[in-house]
Amino acid sequence: MATTLAVQRPGSRLKRRNTLLGWSFILPNFLGFAVLTLVPVIALFYIAFTDWNAFGTANWVGVDNFTRMVGDRSFMVALLNTFYYAAFHIPLTLGLSLALALLLNRKLRGVAFFRTAAFFPYVTSIVAIVLVWNMLFSPELGPINQFLTAIGISDPPGWTTSADWSMPAVIIVGTWREMGYYMLLFLAGLQTIPPELYEAARVDGADAWQRFWNVTVPSLRPTTFFVTVMLTIGSFKVFDLILVMTNGGPGQSTLVLSQYIYNKGFLENQLGYASSISIVLFLICISVTVVQFSVNKRRDA
Amino acid sequence: MATSTPAKTVTTPIADIGRSPLRSSSRSPVSRRIGRVLGYIALAIAAAGVLLPFFWMLMSSLKTNNAVFTIPIQWIPETFVWSNYVEIWQKSDMTTWLKNTMVLALAVTALQVFTGSFAAYGFSKIRFPGRDLLFLVYLGTIAVPWQAYMIPQFILMSKINLSNTLWSIIALQAFGAFGVFLMKQFYETVPEELSEAARIDGLSEYGIYRRIMLPLSVPALASLTLLTFVNTWNDYLGPLIYLRSPEIWTIQLGLKSFVGQYNAEYALIMTGSVLSVLPIAIIFMVGQRYFVEGIATSGLKG
Repeated sequence: MATTLAVQRPGSRLKRRNTLLGWSFILPNFLGFAVLTLVPVIALFYIAFTDWNAFGTANWVGVDNFTRMVGDRSFMVALLNTFYYAAFHIPLTLGLSLALALLLNRKLRGVAFFRTAAFFPYVTSIVAIVLVWNMLFSPELGPINQFLTAIGISDPPGWTTSADWSMPAVIIVGTWREMGYYMLLFLAGLQTIPPELYEAARVDGADAWQRFWNVTVPSLRPTTFFVTVMLTIGSFKVFDLILVMTNGGPGQSTLVLSQYIYNKGFLENQLGYASSISIVLFLICISVTVVQFSVNKRRDA
Repeated sequence: MATSTPAKTVTTPIADIGRSPLRSSSRSPVSRRIGRVLGYIALAIAAAGVLLPFFWMLMSSLKTNNAVFTIPIQWIPETFVWSNYVEIWQKSDMTTWLKNTMVLALAVTALQVFTGSFAAYGFSKIRFPGRDLLFLVYLGTIAVPWQAYMIPQFILMSKINLSNTLWSIIALQAFGAFGVFLMKQFYETVPEELSEAARIDGLSEYGIYRRIMLPLSVPALASLTLLTFVNTWNDYLGPLIYLRSPEIWTIQLGLKSFVGQYNAEYALIMTGSVLSVLPIAIIFMVGQRYFVEGIATSGLKG
């Protein structure tokens, strides 16, 4: 009977066998992943439309949470601050990590050591990094302001104690921490460019600047695209750096979306409202990714 | 791009004609030397920018409190206060924090490496309907920030009574999509003929995974192990939300609370920071090749 089955539907048994086998491999990871990631993501879209506050029952309130956001001044501040951080952190990190990668791609002594060193901030914990930088940024006696005074700036900024300078301080530390990571990605990209391209450009009389724009930049496009997407998502979800460094302050000068979600959800127990803000964060990240993918595709065509 | 300017001004295109196209042949020796000097200057500035904060942290950890902030800056302590490294253990629960963090990092890493590499085999070596769609779901969640679903996740963990236990962090970190992704990238570079030959020899799929894939993927497993360990060690947000009782705090939470308690003990704060970074620094020095490879493979093909 087994033979007739195999003759009648060749492959269907194999298919079933493979499906079972495949799932048996995936299941241990998938169970954890489904329960701890997929279920919460789906639940988010329900909770966001309720008035759940952790104690009472969750009542369906429709889009009330979202209309409330429009009039919520703190939400608007958090939204603007998130864009402020992203607007500076993305180009700064992109530029610096590319510059570092170009520098390290040359045959200089000590390059291997520096590659390791530049990556080190990225594997160091946020807490340790922030503790050091907060001391370095100390307005009165901190090394940074001493240096600024020494080069003739008589009134150096108050950094994390000043509402105007706290965000720049956070951006500096964020960029300092992440540039080594993106530098590695750029470096890997640079090493895939065939040297013949540079030779050809040189034979055509292109100077270093022209070679950079006409060989390096186009060849790095896939890497640059990936780095930009990662950087953008990373910037919009910035959280632990700010939580540890300024806790959103002084005032609300560094309050960002992720922290506002945390404040509303975990400190004020407004789970429904916090979830609806989570959806805004989610939509920002997804739509930015989608836009970047489609722009990239159009350029490919 | 500081080096490009001198090259542009000194290059004489006519001299190039007829020369063999060797690297850097278009530059005169003088401009090449200027280029190198500028390169080294840029490298030195960048190295200082990256490393000075760490140097300052280490040096401050060996000072008295009063010597941390001085005018002018004291780069090297006048007297090395080694006793800071004794005092920190007495003033804080360092031992408990380090032990908890170690337990978590080891458990999470073991689970992530096992389930990740196992699932990656299913995704890359076995064909079955729905496989690619499922993988797309995995990939999709990488673009969803954890911050966006941390609240429903917390509610769920509380419902199954995991919050405020070390289990919550294990559950949170061990099943990430990252491990699956990284290992799948690696398995895809292993030629299909190898597993095909093993199949003909009568090895089951589990046998192929264990006897062929695992030994072949040691470098990728090393990358995943190190990256997961470091991530778990450094995580601040997960423990902040889930670990409320001080006896289950990790080093990151502990250090943060220590700063709240002794906010004027500048030197000791830096001592604690150094101790919290030290294990990672050692792991990083030993395995930096695997870090770099892990980042390059998981990053570029994404």
